[in-house]
Amino acid sequence: MRRLWIGLTFLVFALLLGAPVVRIAMGAWDEGWRGFANGLTRPEAVHALAMTGLIVAAVTVINTFFGVIFSMYLVRAAWLGPRLKKLLNSIVDLPFAVSPVIGGLMIVLLLGPDSALGGLLGAAGIKIVYALPGMILATLFVTFPLVIREVMPVLQEIGTQQEEAASMLGAYGWTTFRRVTWPQIRWSVVYGVVLTVARSLGEFGAVLVVSGNILFKTQTATTLVYQDVENFSLTSANAVALVLAAGSVALLLLMEWAKSRQKHV
Amino acid sequence: MSSKFQNRWWGWGFRSAVMLYFIILIVLPILGIYGQSLSAGWQAFADNITEPLAWKSVQLTVIMALIATVINIAIGTMAGWVLIRYRFPGRSLLNSMVDLPFALPTAVAGLMILLLLGPQSPVGHWAEQLGFSILFHRPAIVIAMVFVTFPFVIRAVQPLLEELDPAEEEAAYTMGASKRKTFFRVIFPNMLPGIVSGAMLAFSRALAEFGAVVLVAGNIPGRTLIASVYIFGEIESDNAAGAAAVSVILLTLSFLILWLVNHLQSRRKTA
Amino acid sequence: MHVEVRGLNKKFGEFHAVKNVDFSIAKGQLIGLLGPSGGGKTSILRMLAGLETPDSGDILFHGKRVNDLPPQERGIGFVFQNYALFKHMTVEGNIAFGLEVKKWPKSRIKERVAELVELTGLSGFEKRYPHQLSGGQRQRVAFARALAPEPQLLLLDEPFAAIDAKIRQELRSWLREMIDRLGITSIFVTHDQDEAIEVADEIMIISKGNLEQKGTPWEIYKNPQTPFVASFIGESTIVEDVSSLRGFEDARAWPGTKGLIRPEYVEIGKPEEFQILSATETGRVKHLQFRGSEWLVELEVGSTRLVTYRSLEKEVLHPGDEIQVLVHRAYLFNDNDSWIMENKLKEDRMYVEI
Repeated sequence: MRRLWIGLTFLVFALLLGAPVVRIAMGAWDEGWRGFANGLTRPEAVHALAMTGLIVAAVTVINTFFGVIFSMYLVRAAWLGPRLKKLLNSIVDLPFAVSPVIGGLMIVLLLGPDSALGGLLGAAGIKIVYALPGMILATLFVTFPLVIREVMPVLQEIGTQQEEAASMLGAYGWTTFRRVTWPQIRWSVVYGVVLTVARSLGEFGAVLVVSGNILFKTQTATTLVYQDVENFSLTSANAVALVLAAGSVALLLLMEWAKSRQKHV
Repeated sequence: MSSKFQNRWWGWGFRSAVMLYFIILIVLPILGIYGQSLSAGWQAFADNITEPLAWKSVQLTVIMALIATVINIAIGTMAGWVLIRYRFPGRSLLNSMVDLPFALPTAVAGLMILLLLGPQSPVGHWAEQLGFSILFHRPAIVIAMVFVTFPFVIRAVQPLLEELDPAEEEAAYTMGASKRKTFFRVIFPNMLPGIVSGAMLAFSRALAEFGAVVLVAGNIPGRTLIASVYIFGEIESDNAAGAAAVSVILLTLSFLILWLVNHLQSRRKTA
Repeated sequence: MHVEVRGLNKKFGEFHAVKNVDFSIAKGQLIGLLGPSGGGKTSILRMLAGLETPDSGDILFHGKRVNDLPPQERGIGFVFQNYALFKHMTVEGNIAFGLEVKKWPKSRIKERVAELVELTGLSGFEKRYPHQLSGGQRQRVAFARALAPEPQLLLLDEPFAAIDAKIRQELRSWLREMIDRLGITSIFVTHDQDEAIEVADEIMIISKGNLEQKGTPWEIYKNPQTPFVASFIGESTIVEDVSSLRGFEDARAWPGTKGLIRPEYVEIGKPEEFQILSATETGRVKHLQFRGSEWLVELEVGSTRLVTYRSLEKEVLHPGDEIQVLVHRAYLFNDNDSWIMENKLKEDRMYVEI
């Protein structure tokens, strides 16, 4: 019995997870090293990867900052009533339930050239949809819960007593946070950050809708892969996809490491 | 005193800014989409939904997501069990691999499946000889959905199995229960809440999936066009109202599932 | 530090946790806040610390109102129930924290930490983390950390609750000794009367948000001012009709009055063990329980059940034995009043002897 189950599990993992990864790794070399290199070094790929990097950096910084503050508020703030906290807490999860395409659509509807707000901003010369700000906004929306969901349980678990102890010893808010709270949540923040990086690196649906996928302007790595596939240039698609996949696997390993650290502290 | 007063103003301003950010980023867009879809009245909303292609895409999405969820329940329960209960070489490798679909960009996942199942690939070739095709047909949609939602059930079942007190099982054995009986009467009921909430999350994610499916489904209207791809198409052809109407259906369904999961989990905690 | 509290009130939603509490504490005293769990003791302590804001009332330190002072500025040491040690800091780090926050010079911090490590007997454990310490050691770290910034008032919330019964005894005397040596005003919360009686100079009994009585342990035992205090301190049985007991016939004058009788108020024995047999009446042993250092005897006098102790040195009794019972005194109470009544026959006899 035991052997059967273990064997079956291996089989499922190999077919469902292993085979696709191996296939893409091989696919990138279909036309040898040159094909791979060409796929990566063509100008549109370089530009797309740079765009992706930019979005990842901006989203990670903004979301980490607000995520930590928002977690503190949701767990600690006395000025939010318990009812309001509960409501906000369930709203935080909503982006998980929203299809990325719909997330993108929301931003187009609110800030697109046809909307009131978008028209106003457009008149002022600020372009959001079909430009970088809109893409960052869409990715922020999609990744918003990640840091909060990692940090909140840890904050709840460590409780308020150590913070109270610090205040009895004369420490004010910032000192207490820096010296008592932060050292205990830092690994879950790292974990949340890694998740955010992975998710924004790979965000596709929302960005596709918001960006308009304009070559050399708003194309990201994932939308480039999409376009390559649509154009039947699979080898070039493979090269970029392999870079993304390698990045994701590296992040996955980092996640495992952060998780084990989280447990130790 | 005045510095304290100033401080309070700063704090208040900062809090308001954070709350405002939250409202603008999360709450406003969601309200906006509901507003948009209903802005032209109920009749227009109903028309947009009952548009045959729209309605078919929603139906197809739900059915495909259901099939994918059932497959995931079976695979996930087994894998969760094996990874927690058995010790074997390669176990920790498999355990780390579980999260792979969460980490991989969905477009990359789509490309992987495309390459693996395409007509040039051995699998595609073999299927074609047997007289049916996978890629650009419904099986590809299901496979993409299964891949993307793979971790949910496993990750929901594992902690429950870890928490399960071995004494419960041993108690069943001392009362003369067979291994089979113990599994179905003692262990399985303990796993069930995890299976249910994992399955619901997987279902909700499958409903929403876009990246992996759009690359492999072929997107033939009325046959392999799922809802999120339909929405994308409507946006591309500048029919925002049609896109918003279908979005509202999907969103409401997802919110309901999310609420149900939260409800079940909080009930379990208080129980 | 001299501490004074006037008309303190605190509500949590509908729950009135602290009701109009007044007290003052002289400098250098060790005060025990004693009462059942959920009675408001911890709320009082947290309001003194500034961790909770009172709804009304004043808190004065050295005659100065401190209500608006944040906890950081009150100069109080606080030992939390589960110690709340900083998990990611060593013993040294924990003790030094308050000094670093107050920007003491490095050399002085080092000196002070060494001094406290020495004082609390933690030498050799300076580099350990809290999870590497035993319960008693953690408590001493919490104590040292609270004392490091030289506070004028030390507050301890259930300081012994999380410690094994065996070590608890040892730590109690250690704490008492330490506080005596430092001469620091201290208030500790406990629900364990033995602990309060043994450690505190004065006890404040708190129940349902009210301060029932304040006094030395002996005063409270000897002269309880409310029925709650009488029943909460020591062991006791409540007797519905005290006037049925010999020597307490006068109690009939106050209908609706009940009596509270402690085991140590009751003397039992064979007739030859009593000098004044006239004050005793006959009872029957119902049940005996060996308590290690004495017998706990349950007996019946008429229809009244009483409980008392009996020395192991005396003749062993058996259930069903007939014995003589002398009730020395009873604590009487009704809805409006309470007082102590001595056995009338005993007093008469003494009068005759003189």
